[in-house]
Amino acid sequence: MGFDMNEHELRGLIGKVKIGKLSRRGFVQRMMAVGIAAPFATQLLVHSGVAMAQAKDTYAPTKRGGGGILKVLWWQGPTLLNPHFAVGTKDQDGSRLFYEPLAGWDPNGELKPKLAATIPTRENGGLSADGKTVTWKLKQDVKWHDGKPFTAADVVFNWEYARDPATAAVTIATYKDVVIEKIDPYTVVVKFAKAAPFWADALVGTRGMLIPKHLFQDYMGGKSREAPTNLAPVGTGPYLFKDFKPGDLVRGTINPNYHQANKPYFDAIEMKGGGDAVSAARAVLQTGEFDFAWNMQVEDEILARLEKSGKGRVEVTPTGNIEHIQLNTTDPWVEVDGERSSIKTKHPILSDPAVRQALSVLVDKDSIEKHIYGRTGPATPNFLNNPERFRSKTMKFEFNIDKAADILEKAGWKKGSDGIREKGGKKLKLVYQTSINQPRQKTQAIVKQAAQKAGIDLELKSVTASVFFSSDVANPDTYTKFYCDLQMYTTTMSQPDPQLFMNQFNSWEVATKANKWQGRNITRWQNAEYDKLFRETESELDPVKRAALFIKMNDMVVGDQVVIPVVMRPGVAALGNNLVATISGWDNNTWDLSDWYKKA
Amino acid sequence: MSRQYIIRRLLIAIPSLLGISLVLFTILALAPGDPFEELATNPAVPPEVRAALRAKFGLDDPVWARYLHWITAMLQGDWGFSFVSRMDVDTLILQRLPVTLIVIGSSQIIAILVALPVGVLAATRPYSLFDQVANTFAFIGFSLPTFFTGLLFILVFSIQLDWLPFVYRADIDATGWQFYWEHIKQAIMPVMVLGLFQGASLVRYVRSSVLDVIKLDYVTTARSKGIGERKVITKHVVRNALIPVVTLVALQMPIVFGGAIVTEQIFRVPGIGSLLISAMLANDTPVVMAVTFVFACLVVLFNLIADILYGWLDPRIAFR
Repeated sequence: MGFDMNEHELRGLIGKVKIGKLSRRGFVQRMMAVGIAAPFATQLLVHSGVAMAQAKDTYAPTKRGGGGILKVLWWQGPTLLNPHFAVGTKDQDGSRLFYEPLAGWDPNGELKPKLAATIPTRENGGLSADGKTVTWKLKQDVKWHDGKPFTAADVVFNWEYARDPATAAVTIATYKDVVIEKIDPYTVVVKFAKAAPFWADALVGTRGMLIPKHLFQDYMGGKSREAPTNLAPVGTGPYLFKDFKPGDLVRGTINPNYHQANKPYFDAIEMKGGGDAVSAARAVLQTGEFDFAWNMQVEDEILARLEKSGKGRVEVTPTGNIEHIQLNTTDPWVEVDGERSSIKTKHPILSDPAVRQALSVLVDKDSIEKHIYGRTGPATPNFLNNPERFRSKTMKFEFNIDKAADILEKAGWKKGSDGIREKGGKKLKLVYQTSINQPRQKTQAIVKQAAQKAGIDLELKSVTASVFFSSDVANPDTYTKFYCDLQMYTTTMSQPDPQLFMNQFNSWEVATKANKWQGRNITRWQNAEYDKLFRETESELDPVKRAALFIKMNDMVVGDQVVIPVVMRPGVAALGNNLVATISGWDNNTWDLSDWYKKA
Repeated sequence: MSRQYIIRRLLIAIPSLLGISLVLFTILALAPGDPFEELATNPAVPPEVRAALRAKFGLDDPVWARYLHWITAMLQGDWGFSFVSRMDVDTLILQRLPVTLIVIGSSQIIAILVALPVGVLAATRPYSLFDQVANTFAFIGFSLPTFFTGLLFILVFSIQLDWLPFVYRADIDATGWQFYWEHIKQAIMPVMVLGLFQGASLVRYVRSSVLDVIKLDYVTTARSKGIGERKVITKHVVRNALIPVVTLVALQMPIVFGGAIVTEQIFRVPGIGSLLISAMLANDTPVVMAVTFVFACLVVLFNLIADILYGWLDPRIAFR
């Protein structure tokens, strides 16, 4: 929030850009002056019907091929190559060598056309005024790797394939509630039942990779697993499939008929899997055996040391992933109707706002960033951090033990003889759990130490990751059960739109025994106003108003200390010195593979 | 008679394999984890998708039903279907097996090539300087776990000296000598790590076995007949001393396979060991079951081979 400019003025300015009285750049600069980030400002123009200048193409090579072999290392290799079955990002990354969506997400959370001729906007008629239809113009003369033409029929087929429950596609949620129709061989329309402010999920990015109709049409539904093409992809992408060993190796050779001129630069690609993150970092940064390594879950200190060898560099990409501490709203120590942390209860200690406020100033985020995560975890006051247009500017964080003590003192929590505060016979003792992972245990220790000084006794608990993150209904230690006072983990944001991400505080998403703890609201915080704001974001078509709603929602959960954000978790990749590659936190690592090249 | 023995032993192997499979299956079923766990933390995938997948792959059935299903399929030669790769498990294993066999086979050859001469020489000159040096190295060799020597090798030969690659690639795009050279170069470290570990313990077996034999009367007789020392050792001593060693090599094969799991992971060798690890990390039960079952079969098989070899080498042992 905090826009000093009112809506009317804003619309006036946009109007000036439309009739050419104000340059696009001038508009963006004015927006920045009032605190609206540049990507957001450009999106305002797009959604208001002002055509966007394509992001500058920096691709340097002037001919196709000639770049030798591109060797990339995924320390967990892809295990399957059908994007509709991709269990994890590694599988999507591998599929993306061969398959492409209509458009991909760039690092700023903006769309870049791949198989689409243009990005739909209000101005080009792609987006309808009521927000219920999106019309995509497809690129013509695109061929599948086997020479068959790519047309609207293929796009429609992907929708039919994925939405059939018998296919058991992991992309089903993206496709089941939309209708995709063919208008002509190179035009498709995506129809939504209700106005959809975020319309770019189906056919776009990680869940939008398109498979060919002619090779999959006989393998829909229950027969989906028998398709030979599942293991030998035929796509439209920059590389032709060569061979695949699940978990070990994917190889491709240059697609001589790729639909973009002068691309790709490399003659072949080799994606090797297996091993561990540290040695993968070594193979790129220290020995130069590989050109790229994915997901460097390695302490920044080690990465920095490896970088000193001078063979490669580490690139940090913004994402929406956030390592945060959740404060249980319910009582985890009382069992009601066969479940603890039941929404029928209230937390005996954490329901006191003073305790929550005190805890929030006891997390030394700067030290956690400096001593534990480094570049791989910048401290943040916000739960919703990216894309930048959704980031709140009003939230601040501080670390102040005296202030915490003061807040508690005023609220009546008095120190006992053992140095632990108590009030009305209740000791200020809390259990704080997380998964077993070295940085997390270090963070726990830092928080515990500060809490101790303020008179709060934190008991630390750590659970094996495979238990903590499992959906095992019988296990009491899973994060969704939250049978604990505080817990910490990273929640991921898979789209450059906060709609799905912010549903984790909706009343109807509370994880309970009734829904087998599959609800997304783990803190079990319920707030009618938040619910109302969320409902508004689902239909608000004005991007400015909608962003303001999300920012307000962030401020509510952070301001009320439902969660205490700790550090952002950006994407971290290792690149060889000469490799030029754009990595996006909103799409697969290989989303822009066609544009990768090596500087001479 | 010996054929009857082999058949009987094979029949005995069946219940033990069944028992092993039952234990494995139960442990895996009781262990926490879910092959579709990654979907659980992805907000874009609603829980129903995961529930549908679990139902499709029969993960919601009771453990005994899943076991019965698995064992009947297995008896019909159906190794199951990988949850994670959505392909047949036997294809996965067959893809990986050759690499493991090559790496383990060559490491065994290295181990024997090193251990035999060193062990025999050390035994013929007990407590000499050579014997003590050999003993010390053998001790260090089998005390150091393979993951440690593996990392050490990588640090020295790949990172400090930059001689050898530490990422193993099964597909090498080269022909002729280049192809073999590349393969040898990348296999040197994993093979050496396993071979030296195995060789170190073998040296001690060979040495003590030769020492036992060398003191026997028939050796003294041979020497007193005026046969040359070299001939006494090769013809008379080593031949008899090797009988227990041969069986030991066979009995140690399971340990080698175990060591290979770790080594394959370190050097990214695409063998069944690394397949097992990635399948365990992904909670891909059918693959874990199949690979561990292959290991179990190998253990039983090599035990049988050890027994048969023993009897064949030493006719005094009767099969009954």
